[in-house]
Amino acid sequence: MRNGLFEWEKPLYELELRIAELQKFTTEEDMDLSREIATLEKKADYLRREIYQNLSAWQQVLLARHPKRPTTLEYIEMIFDDFIELHGDRCYRDDPAIVGGVATFEGIPVTVIGPQKGRDTKENIRRNFGLPHPEGYRKALRLMEQADKFSRPIVSLIDVVGAYPGIEAEERGQGNAIAECIRQMSFLRVPIVCVITGEGGSGGALAIGIGDHILMLEHAWYSVISPEMCAQILWKDSTRASDAAEALKLTAEDLIGLGAIDAIVPEPLGGAHKNHQEAGANLKAALRENLGALLKIPEDSLVEKRLARFRRLGQWREKAVVVSEHR
Amino acid sequence: MFKDLFRTKPKYVTVRPQAVSIKQDTSAGLWQKCPQCMNLIYKKGLEKNYYVCEKCGFHFRIGVWERLRQVADEGSFEELHTHLASENPLDFPGYSDKLAQAQEKTGLDEALIIGQAAIQGNPCMLAIADFDFMAGSMGSVVGERVTRTFEAAIEEDLPVVIFSAGGGGARMQEGILSLMQMAKTSQAVERHNRAGLLYLSVLTNPTLGGVYASFASLGDILIAEPGALVGFAGPRIVEETTRQKLPNGFQTAEFAMEHGMIDKIVQRKDLRHTLGRILSLHGKGLVPSA
Repeated sequence: MRNGLFEWEKPLYELELRIAELQKFTTEEDMDLSREIATLEKKADYLRREIYQNLSAWQQVLLARHPKRPTTLEYIEMIFDDFIELHGDRCYRDDPAIVGGVATFEGIPVTVIGPQKGRDTKENIRRNFGLPHPEGYRKALRLMEQADKFSRPIVSLIDVVGAYPGIEAEERGQGNAIAECIRQMSFLRVPIVCVITGEGGSGGALAIGIGDHILMLEHAWYSVISPEMCAQILWKDSTRASDAAEALKLTAEDLIGLGAIDAIVPEPLGGAHKNHQEAGANLKAALRENLGALLKIPEDSLVEKRLARFRRLGQWREKAVVVSEHR
Repeated sequence: MFKDLFRTKPKYVTVRPQAVSIKQDTSAGLWQKCPQCMNLIYKKGLEKNYYVCEKCGFHFRIGVWERLRQVADEGSFEELHTHLASENPLDFPGYSDKLAQAQEKTGLDEALIIGQAAIQGNPCMLAIADFDFMAGSMGSVVGERVTRTFEAAIEEDLPVVIFSAGGGGARMQEGILSLMQMAKTSQAVERHNRAGLLYLSVLTNPTLGGVYASFASLGDILIAEPGALVGFAGPRIVEETTRQKLPNGFQTAEFAMEHGMIDKIVQRKDLRHTLGRILSLHGKGLVPSA
């Protein structure tokens, strides 16, 4: 990637440059080139659709990691009002890799949480590249339990490669922090909407990914393992990540078919980073629709419905049992 | 009615000694080398000593039937849900072959067996994982069996004992469906918890990743075998990511114990007794022991 452009976008970029040149020429030299421009624009339109609607799984993964893609705090700013960030897990420290707090969504008080990547190198180092430690998950759980106490819906915005695999993270119980988050979130009596906005990597994403409605941005990915790690483990070759991405079925379209997510939120053509405002507006509209629907469900049946949603997941076949088999 | 689901086709297991799989087995003869202290151990003696090295206490990996023989009352095990068979839902390259190889290698149909059993006279639902089956990893069938273990336990008002050996975590080859088993199983644990029933989780070598970060670490009481590897990210991944030298004994049961992650480390020879005692302490209405 160069100048925020992917290799596969180059032909389109070059065409756009030529159109701009011709337009400049038209105004400066007072020559009518509108016919040439129209032809090229038609070509550009075609190319745009051709490129962005046929992205491979691996291209989508790269798109989801674009450094200019909106982060959790940017979405919060675009979508919610009066956000008050709250900090700390009351046990160890405040994990800057997960943010959370209270805000209003179109007048309704909500709790919003999510991993936060840095917008530059300095912030990325401070936020550990958005890779949470156990205290991050414990903070998220603390805030969600408060949402339950005050009957506030929860919005979980997920963009995380995975939980941090570090020595201290292990010492402080990374696995159990994730498990507790999953278990407690499953039984909260308030509506929960989860949105995979960028990367949804493994247990680190699932920990805050238990909801009544699970949405995914068009170019986000969500998987049991990152494609690089999968390739490394299976084929001892992390350069085969694109094969792994294909095999893991990690795109929004794949996942809706497998029942893991409920709806896809459209992105601006070319990805959320091309137009933050449009991406934010799309997500806001999706939240309005989903929260609205969930707020109509009576509190007592909410948890049962949520549990039933996950209970169904998995695929197997029923085989005839031969009693003497293997014994 | 619901009960009947779990009552079909009871099967009584006779233990096959040849089903015991020891990965560390390097010699075909009468002697076995301990991978920890290099001591040569007479195989018959090893079998008598619960597959634990007499000299250094190294716990050899054991298969499900040997585990069953060691902890459950003889003839008490009634296997359930054997009719669930794994598929290749993502058409993942090579997965079907891997499954077939694992079945061939272990004689099991999946990485976990479940059933009703008794431990020192205490009835319970029992699940045992086998590391030799695709590293004990959790796909749809393992997740479903774990979930049904808890559901059956709620139905029958029984405690649950699970021996996990999920070094492979959530199984990559079933993609997102494996990840979702983490949610499904954790939710089943919590339903059982809310029914006021006991869940004993025994972590055997190794229990990592999505298995540890879901049902395996959610027990009321967590027990580990000595030296068992227990953690979220495997040691190699931690080392590669952090480029730090790992502390001695990193992610062993002893490390987990020191950091407050488990309740107890129990020698294999004491497991049956310890489990039996804990179960009887949580029984409804205590019966004085003989």
